[in-house]
Amino acid sequence: MAKSYKHGDAGRPRVGLFVTCLVDLFRPSVGFAAVKLLRAAGCDVEIPRAQTCCGQPAYNSGDVKDTREIAKQVIDAFEEFDYVVAPSGSCAGMLKLHYPTLFVSDVVWQQRARALAVRCHELVSFITDVCGMDSVDASFDQSVTYHDSCSGLRELAIHAQPRRLLASVRDLRLSEMCDADVCCGFGGTFCIKYPEISARMVSDKMANTEASGANNVLGGDLGCLLNIAGALKRHGSKIKVYHVAEILADMADVRAIAEGEEPK
Amino acid sequence: MRVTSQAFRTRAAVALKNVELQRAMAKAKGGFVDKRRVAIEALPEFEQLRSVAREIKEHTLSHLDYYLERFESQVIASGGHVHWARTPAEACEIVVGICGGVGARSVTKGKSMVGEEIAINPALENAGLEVIETDLGEYIIQLAKEPPSHIIAPAVHKTRDQVTDLFQEHHSRYGYNQRVTEIPDIVNEARQVLRDAFLSADVGITGANFLVAETGSTIIVTNEGNGDLTNTLPAVHIVTASIEKVVPTLEDATAILRLLARSATGQEMSSYTTFSTGPRRSTDLDGPKEFHVVLVDNGRSQMLGNEFHEMLRCIRCGACLNHCPVYGAVGGHAYGWVYPGPMGSVLTPLMVGLEKANHLPNACTLNGRCEQVCPMSIPLPKMLRQLRVREFEQRLTPARMRWGLSIWTYLARRPHLYQPVMSILVRLLEILGRKRGRFRYLPFAHGWTKVRDMPAPQGQTFQRAWRQSGDGSRL
Amino acid sequence: MNNNAREQILSDIRRALNRTTSLHKSVSAALMARLAGHSVHVQPVVETDLVNRFIAKSKAVASTVVTVPSLMQVPEAVTQYLTTSSQKLEVVMAPDPLLDDIDWPTSMKIERRQAGRQDVVSITGVFAAIAETGTLVLLSGAHSPTTLNFLPDIHIAIVRRQQIITHIEDVWRQIRSELEGMPRTVNLITGPSRTADIEQTIQLGAHGPRSQHVIVVDAE
Ligand code: SF4
Repeated sequence: MAKSYKHGDAGRPRVGLFVTCLVDLFRPSVGFAAVKLLRAAGCDVEIPRAQTCCGQPAYNSGDVKDTREIAKQVIDAFEEFDYVVAPSGSCAGMLKLHYPTLFVSDVVWQQRARALAVRCHELVSFITDVCGMDSVDASFDQSVTYHDSCSGLRELAIHAQPRRLLASVRDLRLSEMCDADVCCGFGGTFCIKYPEISARMVSDKMANTEASGANNVLGGDLGCLLNIAGALKRHGSKIKVYHVAEILADMADVRAIAEGEEPK
Repeated sequence: MRVTSQAFRTRAAVALKNVELQRAMAKAKGGFVDKRRVAIEALPEFEQLRSVAREIKEHTLSHLDYYLERFESQVIASGGHVHWARTPAEACEIVVGICGGVGARSVTKGKSMVGEEIAINPALENAGLEVIETDLGEYIIQLAKEPPSHIIAPAVHKTRDQVTDLFQEHHSRYGYNQRVTEIPDIVNEARQVLRDAFLSADVGITGANFLVAETGSTIIVTNEGNGDLTNTLPAVHIVTASIEKVVPTLEDATAILRLLARSATGQEMSSYTTFSTGPRRSTDLDGPKEFHVVLVDNGRSQMLGNEFHEMLRCIRCGACLNHCPVYGAVGGHAYGWVYPGPMGSVLTPLMVGLEKANHLPNACTLNGRCEQVCPMSIPLPKMLRQLRVREFEQRLTPARMRWGLSIWTYLARRPHLYQPVMSILVRLLEILGRKRGRFRYLPFAHGWTKVRDMPAPQGQTFQRAWRQSGDGSRL
Repeated sequence: MNNNAREQILSDIRRALNRTTSLHKSVSAALMARLAGHSVHVQPVVETDLVNRFIAKSKAVASTVVTVPSLMQVPEAVTQYLTTSSQKLEVVMAPDPLLDDIDWPTSMKIERRQAGRQDVVSITGVFAAIAETGTLVLLSGAHSPTTLNFLPDIHIAIVRRQQIITHIEDVWRQIRSELEGMPRTVNLITGPSRTADIEQTIQLGAHGPRSQHVIVVDAE
């Protein structure tokens, strides 16, 4: 673990949790699960107030100017921490890989963006690769399958880490789906701009999920999970959808995504 | 070719409902992906070759004028001719001119994407020539009067039954009245029918996978052998090639060839890799008497100087199409011009104008699978995003999108406003959605709820819940 | 117009590359050196038993291969191959002097010329054969007309053991040392003709040979 930053109590690294807008709005339980996992990994966790969204909607719509402003806000809020961690591969990838490219003609901000980028991580890869965690204290007596969200997989090489931790969850049975690494059709604004194509992609994902025989599908990006859960429910599937952090933090007692009060 | 990329959305919707197309695409998809993976796993040097190939192309592009001039002088030295065309119109004029000059009546063609790009077939037909596509896939779509839907498998959208019907309709005039339904028989019938075309053509036109500056050679890579019959039998061989196809040496071409077939079809080598250098020599017993190379720019010299120059590394292997889930869902025709899939979504707006094709860079989830498999390491998602930047700057982004985005960014840039507003909204949604846990319909999210439910939020924003938990101390 | 196009394309390229004129002398000297260097890039590892590698790779691409101990056994191998594939003993053969030494049986009808529409079987030698990929290398010339490689249904290639080279690049080295420049056509042939254009199902014999038969002459 890098020791070059100022640390919190007793040398524990200070982690600023970048909650992400979707977790903040839709599923705070993922945020709490992240805090629990980070603490278990030996970190002090803080949640800066001045955070909203990482700017991907603007960035992926070609709005560089607003993206830059949002990025500055994030950098301002998070650069005091030893690490910035997000429970999302795509938001972590945004901070880590894309922020530095936003300031090509602004040396000062580019420097700051780069300095932040090296300390920025996705949650599961952070607690494993950086904190060295290789097991969790959780149990889940169910079968699960895992969807590799694209940004985490391809930008941050997150693949083995969640599986390694899931293997340590008591009673959990992982049953891989076919094409786990193929996009679910979320794609941020894509899924509302091109709903038919998105629907087709998520229906492939549903079919592969069903074929895995698992009762639950997990993933590391809430965007994808909202999409997959919304589609599964629309088609009357009984498969439940959780963020992987919820299972790893032993917090699966919350209602699954898109699950209502109605008795099933 | 008419550009219909602006109708992407409707064409895609039609494609998704086209049962035959979906069946054809489903058959193709897995095959390409699996074969490529096996081929690449069998070549431990693949990643090294990838960076070598990138370096070769970058080197060439940064001295493109030098290598083109060198190529030109070598073609001339070996007895061939080189023509330069800025635009598709100029390229067509040159090709039609060569055909006219030798009094040609019929032309056979090997598969050439540049040929599609410059729309050479209608130009030749307007000049009164008979044009016969000889690649089986190209031949099939020529009969069907359709453009290719894939850059290496032009008829990938056609099922066998559809080919059977086409052959029955078009081959009876050659005396083939039997309905052929089995693949070997279909292929054989095409072989027989096209024999005459090969042997009687006056001019053969092929594309080029590479141009070799060192020797003035043009290279084609094929499996059927049609390209070789096209460039050997007629008296005149014309190569249409875009300017970025040049590489310095035979060794450079060889390095990239090792990536090409593996990425395209999962082969180590395609059946036929052929180097053509000049016309037949005086003692040769066969081969064309004239050899022409038409170098086509069509916007490439512009790309060279801007943020899209990496696209000029593309070797047209098709791997990005084969791994694109959007392409796999809608097929190639939805893209509305010559080049489909990820590479097409970059090239089309650059070649036909963003205003005619601004759907294409948007119809992508930026999942990055294309870049991951691209043998030339072209950052396709980055370029698609770059095109969105242009679109935004040129105010081509649809108004609704712009509005939605500006409301979001306005709030996102003001945490103190954002948080209370979102708290209320989230609370409201939770109350409405609590029972079912989701919404079948939400007025402002129609694009979402049209095809899937919208999960209901848990009720509090994380920020609020966190403060209420005493910053997590009560966890 | 044509000349205009040439000049404009080249000047557009130069402008894109931030240059106004041709290259500086030192740069073009470096480029010339690069061209002359013919440096070989990364190559796949190829085991030292080139003959077996070539045979295995050829079979992997659906060529058929037989090995004979010397040139004298070639006619027998050809006869046997044609008989088992129910073909008449009628071939069109490359006017390659290396094939002259072979004592062909009188029962075989042989014509030495380029191929035409009616020809079913061709026999050629090769310039080289590549172990890396199981590829035959044929160069066009008075002794090796290209049509023989593509028009007939069956192409029989005779490869002598010492013609088997390791990598593709070895062909270029050999051409540079043995020939004055590239011939009109260099064919790298890796298996028979094939297509996957109908339902992505591989079918041999699209437009080129349906069968690629290789006879390896295993004499030193
Ligand atoms: S962009 Fe890359 S993967 Fe796509 S066709 Fe070009 S070289 Fe192949």
